[in-house]
Amino acid sequence: MALSYLRSSSSRSANFLKPLSSAASLRRPISTDTTPITVETSVPFTSHQCEAPSRSVETNPSELLTFFRDMALMRRMEIAADSLYKAKLIRGFCHLYDGQEAVAVGMEAAITKKDCIITAYRDHCIFIGRGGTLLEVFAELMGRQAGCSKGKGGSMHFYKKDSNFYGGHGIVGAQVPLGCGLAFAQKYSKDETVTFALYGDGAANQGQLFEALNISALWDLPAILVCENNHYGMGTAEWRAAKSPAYYKRGDYVPGLKVDGMDALAVKQACKFAKEHALKNGPIILEMDTYRYHGHSMSDPGSTYRTRDEISGVRQERDPIERVRKLILSHDLATEKELKDIEKEVRKEVDDAIAQAKESPMPEPSELFSNVYAKSLGVESFGADRKEVRATLA
Amino acid sequence: MAAIFQGVGAAAPLSSSPSNSFDSNKSVFSPRRSFSVSKRVSFAVVRSDGKVNLNPKGRRDQRLIPNAVATNAGSAAASKQGHELLLFEALQEGLEEEMERDPRVCVMGEDVGHYGGSYKVTKGLAKRFGDLRVLDTPIAENSFTGMGIGAAMTGLRPVIEGMNMGFLLLAFNQISNNCGMLHYTSGGQFTIPVVVRGPGGVGRQLGAEHSQRLESYFQSIPGIQMVACSTPYNAKGLMKAAIRSENPVILFEHVLLYNLKERIPDEDYICNLEEAEMVRPGEHVTILTYSRMRYHVMQAAKTLVNKGYDPEVIDIRSLKPFDLYTIGNSVKKTHRVLIVEECMRTGGIGASLTAAITENFNDYLDAPIMCLSSQDVPTPYAGTLEEVTVVQPAQIVTAVEQLCQ
Repeated sequence: MALSYLRSSSSRSANFLKPLSSAASLRRPISTDTTPITVETSVPFTSHQCEAPSRSVETNPSELLTFFRDMALMRRMEIAADSLYKAKLIRGFCHLYDGQEAVAVGMEAAITKKDCIITAYRDHCIFIGRGGTLLEVFAELMGRQAGCSKGKGGSMHFYKKDSNFYGGHGIVGAQVPLGCGLAFAQKYSKDETVTFALYGDGAANQGQLFEALNISALWDLPAILVCENNHYGMGTAEWRAAKSPAYYKRGDYVPGLKVDGMDALAVKQACKFAKEHALKNGPIILEMDTYRYHGHSMSDPGSTYRTRDEISGVRQERDPIERVRKLILSHDLATEKELKDIEKEVRKEVDDAIAQAKESPMPEPSELFSNVYAKSLGVESFGADRKEVRATLA
Repeated sequence: MAAIFQGVGAAAPLSSSPSNSFDSNKSVFSPRRSFSVSKRVSFAVVRSDGKVNLNPKGRRDQRLIPNAVATNAGSAAASKQGHELLLFEALQEGLEEEMERDPRVCVMGEDVGHYGGSYKVTKGLAKRFGDLRVLDTPIAENSFTGMGIGAAMTGLRPVIEGMNMGFLLLAFNQISNNCGMLHYTSGGQFTIPVVVRGPGGVGRQLGAEHSQRLESYFQSIPGIQMVACSTPYNAKGLMKAAIRSENPVILFEHVLLYNLKERIPDEDYICNLEEAEMVRPGEHVTILTYSRMRYHVMQAAKTLVNKGYDPEVIDIRSLKPFDLYTIGNSVKKTHRVLIVEECMRTGGIGASLTAAITENFNDYLDAPIMCLSSQDVPTPYAGTLEEVTVVQPAQIVTAVEQLCQ
C-alpha cells in the first residue's frame, strides 16, 4: 500500500531529461562554469496555506557537478561507515543517511553558513554539508581524538559551531525546541538568518514539536521545520504511526510545503522559498519526501518491515545521485568517464580519511573529566572504589 | 492556577533571625581562628579573644552564650547603610541589574512578562526591557526550556523560570540531556550559560504535586550546578552569580521564603556559587542545612542554646558541588554532624552529603552522622499531616541532644 506512490515519479521522470534551455552544446570547461540552466523539478510542489514556488529551478553546471561530487562523497562515506561498523571499529549506534543525500546537499545550496541547521541522530552527511571533514567524521565514529567532538560524542553527537551546525541529538524530537531557540536568538540579535530544524516522520508525533511550533508562530521566529519523511519510524511504517501522514499540513495555521526529497534541485528551491518566507512571515514546515536504503540503524537489517523490491525499486527510479548524473549527461556537462573518475576520486578520499582516522589515538584518560563544566569548579572525582583516580572535573 | 499562588505569596513569613548574613570580619565568633581539642569527657576551648575555658562535665551550666545567632557587629545591617527589602524583591533587583549590565540576558517563563511573575520576581521587567527580553511563554515547559537551551548555545543568557519547580519535571529531558551534557558531547564547542530557577519545596497545604523538592532528582545530572538561596542577601548574590556563570545553574527558591525581609548592601555584590554560608559558629555540633530548613534550625538553635548547647549552623547553599572545605573545617572542629533537609529521605541531598562527609572526614567523626529529612510520602493536603511530613524544630532539638550524649 505504501509502495505505490513511492514509484509514482517514474511516469514523470521523462520530463526532466529534456533541457528547457540548453547552454552551449559544447561542454568545456565544466568545473567553474556558471552559465545558468533552468531545470524542472520532477514533481510540482504541494502547498498548504501558501503559494507554492515555481517548478523551474535555476542552476548551473558548476553547481550540478558540486551536487554530484558531494552526494557521491556522502554516499561513499556512509557505505564505508557500514563496513567499519561490521568490522567493529564503530560501536554503539550508527544511523546512515544514504538515499537521503539530496536533502543535505540541496539545503546547503540555498543557504549560507550563517544560517543554523540542527538535526537528529542521522547527522553524518549534514555535518559534511556544513563543512566538516571526512577525517573528523571517521575519527569521531571510531571514538578517536581527531573527531569533531574529541571522540566523546559519537555518531549521534556531531557539532560544528563555526559553521552553525548544532548537531547531532539522540533523543527523538528534543532538537526541535532547541532549533526554535536558535531561531529566537537569531531574531533577538536581528541577524536576518534562519534556522532549519530537521526531524523525521517518527518525531513528527512528538508533543514538544507542536509546543515549539506554537511558540515560534506566536513570536514570529525565523524557524523552518523540515520533516525528513523517509516513511518509516524505525520499524513502524508511517501509516501505522500517524493518523494523518500529511506532515506538511500538521502546522494548521503554519504554512507547509511538500517537496520531493530525492531531487536536490527541488530541495534547493524549497529551502530558498522557505528562507524568504521565514524572514518575513515566521515559521514554515517543509516535508521532504525521501527514502533511506539502510535500516534505521546498523542493528536493523531494514528488511523485516519492507520488501527488498521496494528498496531496489526506489534505488532504480528515484536515486538522487542517478538523477543528477542523468541531468549532467543529458546537458552534456561531463562525460560518463569524467563522472566515474569523480567517483573514484571520492572513494580514494574516503579511504585515505579512514586510514588517517585509524591512526588517530584514543582520547587520553584525563579527557574523561574535561568539558564537564564550562568553568572548572575544582570538584573532585574518584574512581569506582572512590579511593583512587582523583581527578578534578574541568 | 495563578490565583492560588498569589494567595500563597502573601503567607506569613517564618520566624527568622534579624541578621542572616555573615560577611563581617569583625564578628565576635571567628570559627577559623578558634579550635577545640575535644574528646568526650573534657575539652579546652581557646577563644579568639584569648580566654581559655576548661570545661569538665558541668560545662552546660557554666557557659552563658548571650546570642543564639551571630550578630554582625560591624556589618551593613547595624550601620544603617544599604536598603531593606523582601526576598522576592532582592531576586528582582539581582535580575534587573544583570539584565541592564548584559544585553544578552533574557527571561522566559509563564506569566513573567505582563503579569509580573506569579511571585513578583519579574515585576516591572517587561515594561522596562520589552517583550523580546522578558518572554511570556505558553504552558509548554518541555519546549520553552529546550528553546532557552538552544538560544544559550548561540551565546544568549536566558533565565528560564518554572512557575513551580515541580513543573520542570516536564522538561527533565531537556535539562538532563541537553542542558547538562551538550558541553561535553560537543567536545567543549558549546557552553550553555542558562539559569533555571523557580520556587519549590513544601508550602502551605499546596498539595502533593505542588510541593516537590527537585534537588534530589537533578543532583546526579553531570555538568550542572545547583544552588539554593535562603535569605535576601544570598538570593540576590546567587542570582547574579548564576547569571554570570558560564555553567548551567539551577537556582532553587522556596515558596515560603519570598517575604523574608532583610537589609542588604547598596553596592554591587555576588555570592560565590560554590561556597557555603556560616550562619552561626559554634563548638558542639555541626548542623548542615539549606533553604527553608535553615529557619527551622535557627529556631531550634534558640532552644538548644537555652539548654546549654552551642551548635554550629552552616547553610550549605551549594547543593552541587558541596563546599567540602567549609563543611570539613567544621567537622574537624565539632566532630558531630547533623543534616537537616527538606528533601525526601531516599536519595536526597542529605544522603549524598552523608556519603561525602563519611568518605572524606570519617576519622574526625565522634558519632555517626544523623540526617533529618522529610518523609518518603507525597505531601498531604491536611495541615496537621503536612507538618509531620517536614522536619520540625522540636525534632532537631531532640536529634542534637541524642548526638551530643
